Amino acid sequence: MFDTALSANDLIFLAKGAGMTIFVTLIAVFCGTVLGIVFGIFRYQVGPVIAAPLTFVLDVFRSIPLLIQLVLANAFLGMVLRLGMSGLTVACIVLTLYTSAYCAEIVRGAIESVPQPVRRAARSLGLSWRQDMTNIVLPLAVRVGLPSWIGLSLGVMKDSALVYVVQVTELLKSTQILITRLQEPLLLLMICGAFYFLISFPVARLGGYLEKRWTHD
Amino acid sequence: MIEIQNVRKSFGALEVLKGIDLTVHNGEVLTIIGGSGSGKSTLLTCINGLEPIDSGRILVDGTEVHARSTDLNKLRQKIGIVFQQWNAFPHLTVLENVMLAPRKVKGMSKPDAEAMAVKQLEHVGLGDKLSVYPSRLSGGQQQRMAIARALAMSPKYMLFDEVTSALDPMLVGEVLDTLRLLASDGMTMICVTHEMKFAREVSDRVAFFHQGVMAEIAPPAELFGAPKSPDLQKFLAATA
Repeated sequence: MFDTALSANDLIFLAKGAGMTIFVTLIAVFCGTVLGIVFGIFRYQVGPVIAAPLTFVLDVFRSIPLLIQLVLANAFLGMVLRLGMSGLTVACIVLTLYTSAYCAEIVRGAIESVPQPVRRAARSLGLSWRQDMTNIVLPLAVRVGLPSWIGLSLGVMKDSALVYVVQVTELLKSTQILITRLQEPLLLLMICGAFYFLISFPVARLGGYLEKRWTHD
Repeated sequence: MIEIQNVRKSFGALEVLKGIDLTVHNGEVLTIIGGSGSGKSTLLTCINGLEPIDSGRILVDGTEVHARSTDLNKLRQKIGIVFQQWNAFPHLTVLENVMLAPRKVKGMSKPDAEAMAVKQLEHVGLGDKLSVYPSRLSGGQQQRMAIARALAMSPKYMLFDEVTSALDPMLVGEVLDTLRLLASDGMTMICVTHEMKFAREVSDRVAFFHQGVMAEIAPPAELFGAPKSPDLQKFLAATA
């Protein structure tokens, strides 16, 4: 029997989808950022020639549409390597690498934005490379990179809708399932949009708040 | 004592230091004058190992600066340097700017580092600006903060690289006064400067650099009063 009215159960179903979206996004943004910082510092530190292979790989992740990456990765990991990973694992791996590719660029640009003479002044006071990195470069680079990083995180959250191709039922897929059953596309898409907004809005506001707090000039 | 022995240094094909020999004794104030591109600023950045050298040696209290075994971070605690551009750490308050290196490099406790920073900032006349961010300071104040920041490490030597060149003429005086104060405290200083009056007044010796060579070195009365080389005569006539 098909029930064609929107029920509380349906809303819970959507909320579960939203939970999956948040979960996949958190994993991808967290791991992608850690990897991105490592890649970004590496690229900055060793210069363009030695970093060329890494740059190339990251460019691949940035240039190929995410949908294709997911399908190919799923096929490769599942059929060629026969790792027997779940769709969720594949989704997290691909989204993490995709995020790290963008994040590495943000990190590299942010580090480059810290004026060389300021770093020189820090080193001349006896600060080691590490101390200079953590006390001078990191705080200044974070201020520069934060708006782009917030943008990246929100983008990844929305792009995570594509993980349905590896059988992960997140927010948008849940919505489509309900649309098929209830035949109420506009209402359901509005609810789905509201869910996305509820997830994004606090992140965007947090970014705005931090930017304001860190402005001294 | 800082001993500079036959130091040579090139940037690409351009040789900026062509065999410099110079010894600076403890308690001495040496000023270096000369046209731009004469290598005087480069020499300062070589002394604390910010720049490598091609040949020769620089010894600070007997430690060879560019030897592989030298711990530069440790050596730099002895040698303060202040640059033409003051390079404040913009995300830290004036007090935090000065406290950072004593805390992180020397491992001083927070109260000790703060006491040291306050003392140095008061010394340069910024005792009322402790919790202000550098962007709120004038160029002269930022430069004095940079001096306090270097002094907070209790360096044995201070290097000043054209510290008044980027300042509004109105603000030059306050920074030079700070340097005079340091000189009268007995600090060993090497000052690269374009301020001839200042050089004449505070220096024990003045060195004239010309095209990567130390063309002349003498006490100020002698160097300014009876310049020997034609290049120095021309330089002094142009800057008078």
